[in-house]
Amino acid sequence: MNVIIDNIDLFWDGLLGTLMICAYAAVGSLVLGVVLGIFRVSPVPPLRWIGQAWVTVFRNCPLTVVLFFCAFGLPELGVDFPDFYLWVGILGLVLYTSAFVCEAVRSGINAVQPGQAEAARAIGLTFTQSLGLIILPQALRTVVPPLGSVLIAMVKNSALVGAFGVGGELFATVDTLTSARGLPLIPVLVGVAIGYLIITLPAGALLGLLERKVAIAR
Amino acid sequence: MRSRRILAALLAAGLTVTLTACGGGASRSAVILSGATVDTAATFEPDSTMARLKAAGKVTIGTKWDQPLFGQKGLDGKPGGFDVEVGKIVAAKLGLRADQIEWKEAPSKFREEIIERKDVDMVIATYTMNATRKKRITFSGPYYTAAQDLLVKRDNTTITGPDSLRPTKARVCSVAGSASAENVLKYIDAKQLVKFDVYSKCRDALRVGQVDAMTTDNAILAGYLSQSPTAFKLLGTPFTKEPYGIGISRGDVKFCEFIHQVMVDAAKNGTYQKAWTETAGKFNKAIPTLPEFDSCA
Repeated sequence: MNVIIDNIDLFWDGLLGTLMICAYAAVGSLVLGVVLGIFRVSPVPPLRWIGQAWVTVFRNCPLTVVLFFCAFGLPELGVDFPDFYLWVGILGLVLYTSAFVCEAVRSGINAVQPGQAEAARAIGLTFTQSLGLIILPQALRTVVPPLGSVLIAMVKNSALVGAFGVGGELFATVDTLTSARGLPLIPVLVGVAIGYLIITLPAGALLGLLERKVAIAR
Repeated sequence: MRSRRILAALLAAGLTVTLTACGGGASRSAVILSGATVDTAATFEPDSTMARLKAAGKVTIGTKWDQPLFGQKGLDGKPGGFDVEVGKIVAAKLGLRADQIEWKEAPSKFREEIIERKDVDMVIATYTMNATRKKRITFSGPYYTAAQDLLVKRDNTTITGPDSLRPTKARVCSVAGSASAENVLKYIDAKQLVKFDVYSKCRDALRVGQVDAMTTDNAILAGYLSQSPTAFKLLGTPFTKEPYGIGISRGDVKFCEFIHQVMVDAAKNGTYQKAWTETAGKFNKAIPTLPEFDSCA
């Protein structure tokens, strides 16, 4: 317990680092995932193919492999920008998580009764209108629980980006505390586990609230 | 029926291959490259660690599995390198053959942990002796002195030493939590430092040009340089001293003194030097002299 209290500053910095990474990655993967979900049900075949290919690649590749490609593949292509490893770590998380978000969104779209879409078309709404006004609002409400699981999994997955040059992330504090300060491993890991719980438990509670708030009667 | 016969034939063929592979002479890891002789007649004070190990007929040693020249796991699944040969020299004085050593991986962050838990009898793993570590374990050593240095791309002309890192705004790579990462902060701003979990990723980042230099002990950098001598160069401008010790259970003074004596003898009879020339010396011809050991108490 002393190990945690004495180094609370480092744990706190790590917690903030992880929160920051997750906030960017969550926004990125939700936006991208919804767009891809729309691609997958769109009437335009090439868009459907893009969505299908995206999900096939990123859902089936281990996150470590995706991160390796981002961190060591992109520089080979001449890609470079400030804070490279931070943004590349977030990019890897977004690429990977968006595939899961996409599938959750698509299942939500499929859950909307076909009669809704037919009625929308019958009153003369275009594809974009019926999707934006009728289908998506209902679909997204249905998929709050699976999206919550995807996002919580993403928070835990973010532990991997620390191994790819991203400094100040919660799991990376394990290395700092055990190697540099020579502290025993188990208490440090307990501290890190508590750190992740501090993020994931309130996130879960918030998602539960949101789920009840937006629930629809069918 | 037919498929079962084919399966049996395949199994038999596989077995033959395996048996032949095993019969292909003693594996390199079972050979003591330094030429140290196994002292089967050695006697030790009862209840000492040495007596216990000799009676058990087995010693467990932790080493690096990813450190070329010092401790690297080969294709036969056994490690080789200077640290590994030092381990064999100590084992030989315990009366144990190289094949009576059980090797375990000792990654940097778990080294104290596995000594405290007695998973290993000693750790020989490019292990810098420092005050923080001495609170948890005892070191016998140093048996080698490394120094922190810089590895850059071969065609790099702007980085000439640690003092050139800040003016050139070089991005420097090291491993999170390592002493090297802390030491180099004297020469660079925190923003210039990129940290990975293992050195091999630093090497890859250096190769693709995402960092301009990587820094840690020259012994470790030399290992990566030996793998691709045309891609990198070692600057040879050391800026710290890293005494490598053999980690053992905290307070085991007798075992510490025994190891000390073994190494002093090995330096006298040439096995220490041969252990170097057969491993790291294949790349770095400068044979080290055994440093003066610290007191065990």
